[in-house]
Amino acid sequence: MRTAFIRALLDLADKDKSVFLLVGDMGYSVVEPFAEKYPERFLNVGVAEQNMIGVAAGLALSGKTVFVYSLGNFPTFRCLEQIRLDLCYHEANVKIVAVGGGVTYGTHGITHQATEDLAVLRALPNMTVVAPGDPVEAGLATKAAGAYKGPVYIRLGKRGETVVHQQVPEFVLGKGIILRQGKDISLIATGNMLATAIDAADLLSAGGIEAQVISMHTVEPLDQELIYKTARETKIIVTIEEHGPRGGLYGAVAEVLAKAPQCQVILTGLNLGNHSWKEIGSQKYLCHLAGLDKSGIVATVKRVMGKALPMDEQK
Amino acid sequence: MSKDSEILVKRAKQAVLRMVYRAGASHVGSCFSAIDIISVLYADILRVDPTQPDWPKRDRFILSKGHAAAAIYSVLAFKGFFPENWLENYCQDGAKLGGHATHHGIPGLEVSTGSLGHGLPIGCGMALAAKRDETGVRTFVLISDGECDEGSTWEASLLAPQHNLDNLIVILDYNKIQSIDRVKDVIDLEPLRAKWESFRWSVQEVDGHDHQALAAAFSKIPSVQGKPSLIIAHTIKGKGVSFMQDSIAWHYKSPTAEELALALAELEK
Repeated sequence: MRTAFIRALLDLADKDKSVFLLVGDMGYSVVEPFAEKYPERFLNVGVAEQNMIGVAAGLALSGKTVFVYSLGNFPTFRCLEQIRLDLCYHEANVKIVAVGGGVTYGTHGITHQATEDLAVLRALPNMTVVAPGDPVEAGLATKAAGAYKGPVYIRLGKRGETVVHQQVPEFVLGKGIILRQGKDISLIATGNMLATAIDAADLLSAGGIEAQVISMHTVEPLDQELIYKTARETKIIVTIEEHGPRGGLYGAVAEVLAKAPQCQVILTGLNLGNHSWKEIGSQKYLCHLAGLDKSGIVATVKRVMGKALPMDEQK
Repeated sequence: MSKDSEILVKRAKQAVLRMVYRAGASHVGSCFSAIDIISVLYADILRVDPTQPDWPKRDRFILSKGHAAAAIYSVLAFKGFFPENWLENYCQDGAKLGGHATHHGIPGLEVSTGSLGHGLPIGCGMALAAKRDETGVRTFVLISDGECDEGSTWEASLLAPQHNLDNLIVILDYNKIQSIDRVKDVIDLEPLRAKWESFRWSVQEVDGHDHQALAAAFSKIPSVQGKPSLIIAHTIKGKGVSFMQDSIAWHYKSPTAEELALALAELEK
């Protein structure tokens, strides 16, 4: 995803001289092509994330389109107040690009994980929160963020993520993408859980359960229309996110559904729980513990459908 | 220095007292330590145009100590950036002017501040943009001494000399009192000048209430090519009102009707 990001950013910078890239002493083997091509629009601000966001705001208020790049927890939690005030309140044209969303850097430990970022950032007014589902979406999200005026948070994985989109999809901030049709259940994934959701849907299909799969790359603003449509058509929604249990995609979807009591839908959320706070391990291991792999998703779907079916029969 | 700055500061101080009194607000002491600096900047130094507050080539001024909002609001109003009657309902329900510097809808106010340690990083960004675009725009940031407790202030102070931001001018309002105690008894900043010089800033020290000295310091910028400038302005919190001067209480205290009358009378002297 990070390679797709830097390629898309270079495309943007080729066309738009206002594009700047700031890094917080991160981005080895990623940002060099930009730094070499546009040294006058590149800045390593050092290990100082609060300052990085403030500097980005100052540049943006001077007419620049500023991307800042660092690792998950650093350009988010470390400088949250700068994001809230300097970026969101000023509607500054700054894009925070975080690699290592979720537990991408699992074995590095809790210091290098971003497991509450979606919840925290989507609570801020004027902030758009995007978690692309694969490298194709990462490139498209970067370009869409560049075209949008205002603060955007882009949560990336690292590298080597499965390419889900075999064709370039239409990508609009705030609009989910339906990747697979299915009448029995909807799997709504955000970020790098997308490929796993597709795999799970294939397994379910083999077992006679047809799952719709949606890439909900934008968590804020959420595609309410699509959520309501999904609730009408499938009656069971499972959200899938590499994120803590509170306030992420599940919370966002629940908020939308709570506003529409006519939507008789069963909503369940698959997330990291608090495993990464208690266990050491790789992304794959931690996700497995949390049921965030294809077998875990299948097991959850079967459990939820088991509960759901008697309710359907009562109607 | 001009007579304009003396006239401006007198009007602005009267306005601040009335604003703070009407609103039952705080920070009159903080306003009065900084208001001579702000007045000299707006009267004599800043290249700004009240008729074109968004003129791209204007100098930028950031009041990083956003709690002295009443001071910048009153100076901007008297310079003609917005109607003077906006000052009358400062900090009231539905007002345009909030208790900490709030820029939405306020011509001439560059950024919202009030949480300390934000102004200098933003100022670095503005100065950097001006350097890279070679616009000649200068960025002035007024910070407080208490604000030097904030790590982000020092993060930015490291960045500015690294990028030779000699178009960045920081004025440190050194009134030696922070929110609830004296600076030397909380986090002693001394040796303050040596700290900034060791961070590769060009440093001047002035009496922050002496308009001639302030204007002279501002006219020597950049005093060293390639270095950002720091002006340590030695000030007195609550300057100009005998019972407010150098008093910890007047960071938060709001004047009574009697105190307002006494303070206004003292300013008339």
